[in-house]
Amino acid sequence: MVSKYVTYIVRRVVASLIAIFAIITINFILFRVLPGNPVQLLFRNPRLTLEQIKTLEAEFGLDKPLLDQFLIYLANVARGNLGISFFYKTPVINVLIPRLINSIILVLPATITAILLGILTGMIAAWKRASKTDVAILTTAMGLYSLPTFWLGGVLILISIYYIKLPISGMLTYGVTYPDLTSYLADFSRHFILPYTTLTLVTYGEFTIILRNTLIDVLTEDYIMAARAQGIPTFRLLSKHALRNAMLPTASIIAINLGLVVAGAVLTETVFSWPGIGRLIYDAILNRDYPVLQGAFIVVTISVVLANFIADLIYGYLDPRVRR
Amino acid sequence: MLEKASPLTSLLRFWSIYSKNKLGVAGLIIVVFFVFIAVLAPYIAVQDPYKTDPSKYMLPPSPEHWFGTNEVGQDLFALNIYGSRISLVVGILAALVAVTIGTSVGLISGYFGGIIDEILMRITDLFLVIPPLILMIVVGAILGPSLVSVILIIGVLSWSPTARVVRSMVLSIKEWPYVESARALGASNVRIIFKHILPNVMPVVYASMALATSNAIFSHAALVFLGVGNVNDISWGMILHYAFASGALSTGKWWYFIPPGIFILLLIYAFVLVSYSLEEVLNPRLRRI
Repeated sequence: MVSKYVTYIVRRVVASLIAIFAIITINFILFRVLPGNPVQLLFRNPRLTLEQIKTLEAEFGLDKPLLDQFLIYLANVARGNLGISFFYKTPVINVLIPRLINSIILVLPATITAILLGILTGMIAAWKRASKTDVAILTTAMGLYSLPTFWLGGVLILISIYYIKLPISGMLTYGVTYPDLTSYLADFSRHFILPYTTLTLVTYGEFTIILRNTLIDVLTEDYIMAARAQGIPTFRLLSKHALRNAMLPTASIIAINLGLVVAGAVLTETVFSWPGIGRLIYDAILNRDYPVLQGAFIVVTISVVLANFIADLIYGYLDPRVRR
Repeated sequence: MLEKASPLTSLLRFWSIYSKNKLGVAGLIIVVFFVFIAVLAPYIAVQDPYKTDPSKYMLPPSPEHWFGTNEVGQDLFALNIYGSRISLVVGILAALVAVTIGTSVGLISGYFGGIIDEILMRITDLFLVIPPLILMIVVGAILGPSLVSVILIIGVLSWSPTARVVRSMVLSIKEWPYVESARALGASNVRIIFKHILPNVMPVVYASMALATSNAIFSHAALVFLGVGNVNDISWGMILHYAFASGALSTGKWWYFIPPGIFILLLIYAFVLVSYSLEEVLNPRLRRI
């Protein structure tokens, strides 16, 4: 029993490592091999002296064959050396880490709220299937899913400008020193509300559609019919029998769709100037800061692979069948 | 199962089920509405969307400029109407690319199985894990902002969901008796795939196509908004990009920012409704009784 779970974990670890290796390889190909890649662009810069070009060549290992370049690159990434930012003039990894933490502060609460709300309303919709309540919940969820994230953020900014007067940019008021922790947290919360609401609403829409459909599939199973025939009260039937079985497929679907949450975060952070990885990506596009763009891509995709890995572990723990 | 329905009768039979689905019909009507706007743009918007006029800096809506003007004095109503063209074209073409790749991968993977299936599905999973928008941003930033490259980037990076669905359909269809009898009669793999399996997979492909279109419209708008796509071609994403970059949003110029978002929302919503209804029609378990 225990050993089966261990084999399962080992297999997931290997799969995740392969995914990470593939991501790093894709990254290498994108930035070195594609036509018009940034490294070539760098060398076409007429202001570079011959000596500077020599130094850069040595650093990238460009005088060596492609395979050697790839190995040098792998070794650098493994050591956390993601290059120097063109714009900030500091190592990319030092730019990325604080930004990643800021992103997690925004994404984690929003995703958890969206999942909880999604479970609640998805369950109601599935149970009252084809009723007015179901249609209302489903169309709302589809509407929220269809909302362009950046536009929803912009609409909230407009509402804030005209009515509710919440801060529309950044994580804290710029240049303010806080006398105590309470005023710091108060200022942070005021900045947090709008981006948090944006990300929660968009994510909620998607999860609710998935949850409702999964629950309907479960609710039409024979054992639910049997339980209903036995006269088990509605609430117990839903929470004890249906939800438990629906949670498993849902967990895996949520894990797969984490990539969409990341996309939502990039757009939300951009609109609200939230100093996370997403806003960093936007700034890197504007500044043509390729090392940062490359580093952000690696950090974000590896984070998603890790989140998937954690979801797999929980999934395997909950459902003994997948360990086989 | 063995009878061969002509394309027309199967289409009619399909329509008789689909037309009972109110949400699906509503979605279809919205799509047709936008196709009309795109085709008839020059007749709907009388003003020239390219014409700039520095004296008309960010004017609010008026009888002359229904949606107001932007920071270079262009008529926003004309820009919004013409913007429907690129969104529709990019959405549909990128979805075609994605669904074509996805269907081919799904067919090959499901039909041949074994090591081919294993390799193709690992690649599919990898593309499912990498957040598509981030990859599109990176590739787009490197390849440059031409319309063709944006269509290809969105299409080539969003085929994996289709591949998954098609593969699981193929896995069950290839066990059906008539496929086995075709094989026993000596039909080639190519013939079995195209003649016997593909027609049965097509309904799923249509549903994927509608969903892929809505995703492509969103991806395109998001890329252009972020400044990765072409911000010179008139599109809804381009209007939003300039509304944000010019500071119109943070100074409360609502007429600049609201309309293109509503159009994107409506069009995406329409395709989501169509896709959802197709799925409901095809999966009797979800069908309202």
